[in-house]
Amino acid sequence: MLKKRIIPCLDIRGGRVVKGIKFQNLRDAGDPVEQARRYDADGADELVILDVSATHEERLATLSTIEAVREHLTIPLTVGGGVRSLVDAKRLLDSGADKVSVNSAAVERPELIKELAQQFGAQCTVVAIDAARCLENAADKTSWQVVSHSGTRRHQLDAISWACTAESFGAGEILLTSWDRDGTGTGYDLGLLSQLTSQISLPVIASGGAKSIAHMFEAFNHGAHAVLAASIFHDGHMDVLTVKRELSAMGIPVRIDHVNQTSQSYLTGA
Amino acid sequence: MSMCTHHALNVPHQETDRRIQIVDTGVANIASLHAMFRRLGYRSNLVDRPVEIERAERLVLPGVGSFGAAMQRLQELDLVACLRERIEAERATFAVCLGLQLLCRASEESPGISGLSVVPHIVERFSNNVQVPQLGWNDVEFKDDRLIENGHAYFANSFRLKHQPDGWQVAVTDYDGEFVSAMWRGNVLACQFHPELSGAWGERLVSHWLTGTGHA
Repeated sequence: MLKKRIIPCLDIRGGRVVKGIKFQNLRDAGDPVEQARRYDADGADELVILDVSATHEERLATLSTIEAVREHLTIPLTVGGGVRSLVDAKRLLDSGADKVSVNSAAVERPELIKELAQQFGAQCTVVAIDAARCLENAADKTSWQVVSHSGTRRHQLDAISWACTAESFGAGEILLTSWDRDGTGTGYDLGLLSQLTSQISLPVIASGGAKSIAHMFEAFNHGAHAVLAASIFHDGHMDVLTVKRELSAMGIPVRIDHVNQTSQSYLTGA
Repeated sequence: MSMCTHHALNVPHQETDRRIQIVDTGVANIASLHAMFRRLGYRSNLVDRPVEIERAERLVLPGVGSFGAAMQRLQELDLVACLRERIEAERATFAVCLGLQLLCRASEESPGISGLSVVPHIVERFSNNVQVPQLGWNDVEFKDDRLIENGHAYFANSFRLKHQPDGWQVAVTDYDGEFVSAMWRGNVLACQFHPELSGAWGERLVSHWLTGTGHA
């Protein structure tokens, strides 16, 4: 049976992990390699790295961070942030990413999704969608609009129909972040999640707002195939293995293997 | 007929032998494969000439992309015959993901294109009863014989081999029914999943293959 995935996320800038609320007020939150190794050892199913760099120098630092993380990481690595072209994507893949996530650039030029899927495969093409709740409209029906450029731009683009476009253009996965919930710890936007997962057949990674195991449980029950979480793991509140054990006890199928065995220990035993 | 008769299986290894040759199938993103081999104490490099395939002590056949594109590339490089010969001689070869499918006769993905035809079956697409591609972690269960303990592996595939080939040991996974997620014979191992992305379990499997070829 295919497992539900738990995916820690590292926002990085200039080679360091940073964390803020709604992408603002970023503060230093540690060394990416150290954190990636810990998540891997704790049983994380994948790792997402989002590059929130502001300068060219910081972006170059990201490539060496990815190389350093890849050297140790035994699980899939998705990297996003500032990917605007096939060249950008290739650079990330060559540095050690397994999947590339596109966001703003795909909103501006949706063909980018097609190009990535053709060149590198759907399994490698993740479309990140940042969605913000609109005010209730006349029909009294909630809707969500796409925001981009770290939330600074709102588009006249419905998040659900944008996900459908991404699917038809060859995306392999959708990384769905609730702009309203990100960093708030009030739980994933379940309405958004169930709307979107009922409209597309791609795997959807829920993101934005998780603070507890209950939040993840809810997300899985509203159609999520995977959950992304950052602060819940960063601040040492909880480790991935504990989360997975509890979810498993709640009936969610998750991967629990013998953990904390590094490749080194096999080699010395061989 | 060729030089594919070199059986160096139980020769004591030297440090300088800790090398892996990876077939350059062109489209594959293989930074993760290189990294895994480094963690296991090996150095890996890309090869694309028949003589290199014949000389390689341990060869990896990776693959991402389509069946047809990969076979076309192998044909252009004139690697089809020597790969086939090497695998039939059961020399140390490790086929990953699409690599497993390439061992088959053909695939629904690319009608009319012949595979390496080491096994006579045709690779089929998952049905629409399941989400395609299969993307994520699934169980791997060994059948009659086992290489290591059962575990979880990371998959990213739309096509799979349903029939257990004669003369091969297999591990299976359930997605739209059972399919062959790993198969081995002699020193040839093929995995539908990505062992390099399958955590400690994946590394242990590869480590086992390296041990089995007398070089771990």
